[in-house]
Order: sequence, then structure tokens, then C-alpha cells
Amino acid sequence: MSLFLAKRFATLIGTLLFTSIVIFIVLEILPGDPALLILGIDAQPGQLEVLRQQLGLNDPAWTRYWHWIGGLMTGDFGISYAYKVPVWELIAERLQLTIPLAFISMALTAFLALVLGVYAAANHNKTGDVAIMATSQVGISIPSFWFAILLILLFAVHLGWVSAGGFPGWGEGLGRALASLILPAISLAIVQAAILARITRSSVLEVMREDFVRTARAKGVSKRAVLWGHVLRNAMIPVITVMGMQFGNLIAGTIVIEQVFTLPGLGRLMFQAINQRDLELIKNVVMLLAVFVITINFIVDMLYVVIDPRLKVHDV
Amino acid sequence: MSDWIARAVRHRSFMIGGVLTFVLLLMAAVSLFWTPHNPYRLNIRMRLKPPSWDYLLGTDAFGRDVVSQLMVGAQNSIVVGVVAVAIGLSIGVSLGLIGAARRGWIEELIMRFSDFTLAFPAVLSAILLTAIFGPGSLNSIVAIGIYNIPVFARLARASGNAIWSRDFVTASRACGKGGFRITVEHVLPNIVPIIVVQATIQFAIAILAEAALSYLGLGTQPPTPSWGRMLNEAQTHVFTTPALAVYPGIAIALSVLGLNLLGDGLRDLIDPKLARQR
Repeated sequence: MSLFLAKRFATLIGTLLFTSIVIFIVLEILPGDPALLILGIDAQPGQLEVLRQQLGLNDPAWTRYWHWIGGLMTGDFGISYAYKVPVWELIAERLQLTIPLAFISMALTAFLALVLGVYAAANHNKTGDVAIMATSQVGISIPSFWFAILLILLFAVHLGWVSAGGFPGWGEGLGRALASLILPAISLAIVQAAILARITRSSVLEVMREDFVRTARAKGVSKRAVLWGHVLRNAMIPVITVMGMQFGNLIAGTIVIEQVFTLPGLGRLMFQAINQRDLELIKNVVMLLAVFVITINFIVDMLYVVIDPRLKVHDV
Repeated sequence: MSDWIARAVRHRSFMIGGVLTFVLLLMAAVSLFWTPHNPYRLNIRMRLKPPSWDYLLGTDAFGRDVVSQLMVGAQNSIVVGVVAVAIGLSIGVSLGLIGAARRGWIEELIMRFSDFTLAFPAVLSAILLTAIFGPGSLNSIVAIGIYNIPVFARLARASGNAIWSRDFVTASRACGKGGFRITVEHVLPNIVPIIVVQATIQFAIAILAEAALSYLGLGTQPPTPSWGRMLNEAQTHVFTTPALAVYPGIAIALSVLGLNLLGDGLRDLIDPKLARQR
């Protein structure tokens, strides 16, 4: 077990290091002169030199890289070029929106997918199954940002129940803040849930064909108890795998959805950073998002062993 | 062959997907020669008009005909899909085949690299690229293409490995054929069907990703009509002319649905055994 953990952990560190190197190369080496990129082509040579000094661009690349990584370790994310405040302050403020949004939509995705997927599998080839499969096929084909616009059309324009966007902040009361996250969370969850429901259904169907299910039924365990007790636990491995992969899509999805609902989250921060060519901010936000995605996949790997203790013997 | 066609015609999702995809291609092809109006001509006097016989779906905020823009937008989606899939397919399949042929540390390296690239959603890598090279349709195509590489690499390696363990490969090895000849003459032809199926699905995903990037303003730039950007422009007028925010979305959804159904259908027809498992 500890060997398995150690191996996984080494892979995690390796992937994170590799990611940071790629981000560093793309943002600091590929542009040639980042100072020129930030200031634009009509910048004065003097201005450029000052900015280069300020950002430490005259140091060799590897010194800058280690400076960046060392800073990340100690919580020093550098200073935003456009806002003139520490990058971490900007990020911390926006995380208050993006993290709750991501988790609400993931929870919604998992709930919808499990209920619909298991129901469809339990009623294989009956009306409910066919209807759920057809609906999910359409759900997969819909762009989540368009679904978000349709939700705005219905709930904000026609019914006038909620505002078409914006976020009042957590200080304005939990209810109002959550209300403004409901539509974004639903639009993110619907597409992901459609994919996950299909995976759940086929995984459950697969397990239902196993011998131990027949044995359990033969010794008198009710159909429902077999489904929720025996089948679901064994069907979870592919479902969890896909959920881990979906978390990456969800993070990317929040970038688009925050734009649709004009929510002040990490995605919008990144957009402003791109428009202002604030490389320092872009570098750290992208790294942070990558750390999220990679860490979640690491946790998923760990969950395999919790769900199915047999796996650690084989050393996946 | 005639048996295959008979099964194809009876296969419901294959037929629906085929028809939808055909309509998409037809729309793009016709728009090369003819559109009801010039999709680029601005006409402020005609802005935000409701549907009429002259303008079947009305006009947008600049007085441009919506039908014409939708038709030309189809070209854009197809170009993005084809190029992004071509990038992913050519590089990805080559890497996967090399991995399957050489095994050992080369295979390990290629697969770890795929894992890493997969952890990076297309939208994120596109944002990185546009941060440096500026927004534009070429950058978004490249970003989506890069995202496709590991998808095809993993598929080609897994199915390539299965072919390598077959008897006829051992036989041709015994005849003295090298790794490269075996890959080109035996492995590649045998994995083409499954690659084609995946290409259809990735095509659909590319259309979705391009729409999202153009919606964000990172993809196709004005004045080139694109479905994603039409949605972006429509959102400003969602309270006065909500219909404008509906048409481009339907176009995207139907194209993606068509390609997905076509891919599912092809998979069933190529390998009936797989169909039963799903």
C-alpha cells in the first residue's frame, strides 16, 4: 500500500513539475521578449529596459523558473503587472466564486447522472431507458454556454425570476449569493451529467451480467438491494474515472460560463489578464487551474483503492 | 457489401446522423456559391428585423441576414473540425503506432505525455496560445488540434497493440518484415475503421470547442461569420430580440448531434460485437 502511495505521489510531483515547465516555456520563452509583449510594439527602449529590470527578465531562464517555483511554494505568486497588487490577492478573491461554483455543478452532475444512469440500466430497453438515452444524446450535443443563454432567456427574460447575471457577493446573504449561482451550475452540470449518465448506465449493465449478481438474486436478495448494494459499488470505477476527467472540463467550462453570466470568478480574471497582457497573472492562474485538475485526478486514483481494495494488490 | 448497406439503412441513429451531417455539408457547399443575401453587408436601416419572406430568420444588430450568416458559418465549423482532427489524427496516430511497434520506454514516454496533454482542456490551452499569439481562428484550430493528439495516440496504441499480438503479424515477422513495414502494411489498415469512428466524434467535439472559443472572442474574428460569435453578439440583444440567440445554437447542436449519431452508428456497423456491449 505504501509503495503504491509513494509511486502515485511521485507521478503527481512529476506531472506538476512538467506542467510548470511547459507553462513557463509557453509564456516566457516562446514570446521572445515578454516585456515587449506586455508593452506592445511601440514601446520606448527605456520603458522596456525598466520593465525587464522590474520583472527580472535579464536573469537567465532557469533562475527565473526557480524563482517562480520557489515563490509558489512559499505562497508568493508575484505582483500583477496591470493591477499592481499581489497576484495571490486577486486569485483568492475570485476563488470564492469559482470553487463553490465548480463543486455545486460537480455535485449536481453526480446526482443527476447516478439517478438517471442507474434508473436507465434497471429498466433496460424499456420506455424510461430509451427516453433517458435519447435525452442524454441531445444533452451531449448542446454547447453548455448556449444552454446557459437559453436558461437566461427562460428564467430571466420571460419569467423574471432571477437576474440575467452578476454576483452580489457572499456578504449580501447566503441565499442571494447561491441564487445567482444556480443557473450557471445547472448549465455546467447538464452537459456533463448527460455524458456521465451514459457511462453509469453501461457500467451498471455490465456488472449486472456478472455471476455474483445472479448468485445474490438466487439466494433471495431483493432486486433493489442487489442493485444498490452489490452492483453500484462494482460499477463505480469507470464512473469515478470519468468524473475525474470531467472535473478538468468543468474548470474549463466555468471560464466560459462565468463569461455568459458575467460572474467575477477565476475565468473572468483570466480574460481581463489576457486583454491587459498581464503575463504574470496568466501564468499563475493557468498553473493554479492545472494544479486543481491534476490533483483531482490524483485523488481519483486514490479512490479506486478505497472502492475496490483488490486493486492495490495488482498495483495498477 | 450490399448486406452492409442494408444494415446501414436500417440502423436508425446512423441514418439520422448521416442526414444531419449531409445537411451540414450541403449548407456549407451551397453557401460557397449562393446565399440569400450578402452575409457581410451591414445595413443599419434593416437592423433587428423580425422574420419575413425576404429575411427568413430576420436580421441581426447590424442588419445582416441571419440565414446567410448561418450558412457561411457552417463552412467555418467544417474547416475548424477538419483541420483540428487532421492535426490530432496525423500526429496522434503516428505516435500511437510508434508506441505499439517499439514498446518499452518510448511507449511509456508517449503515454505519459498523452496523460499530461489530456489533463489540459482545449479551452485552457487555447487561452494560453491566444495570450501570446493573440486571438484568431488559426490559434484556436491549433489549440483544439493539440488537444486531439493524445486522444488518437491512446486509441492507436491500444488497438495497434491488439493487432501486434495477432498470428498474422508473427507470420510476417517470420518472413523477415521489419517493424515499419508491418506497421504500414498490417497494423494501420486494421485500425483504420476505429480511427474513422473516433475522428467523427472528435469532429463534433471540435465544433463545440470552436463555438465556445469564438463565443469568448478568442476564435474566429469579425467579419467572418461563425456560430459561436453570432451567439456572443446575440446575447447583447437577448431582452429585445431573443430569437437571435436561439438559431446559431440550434445549428451547432444539430451538427454535433448528427456527427455523434453518425459515429455511434458507424461503430455499431463496423463492430456489432461492441454495439451489444454498450
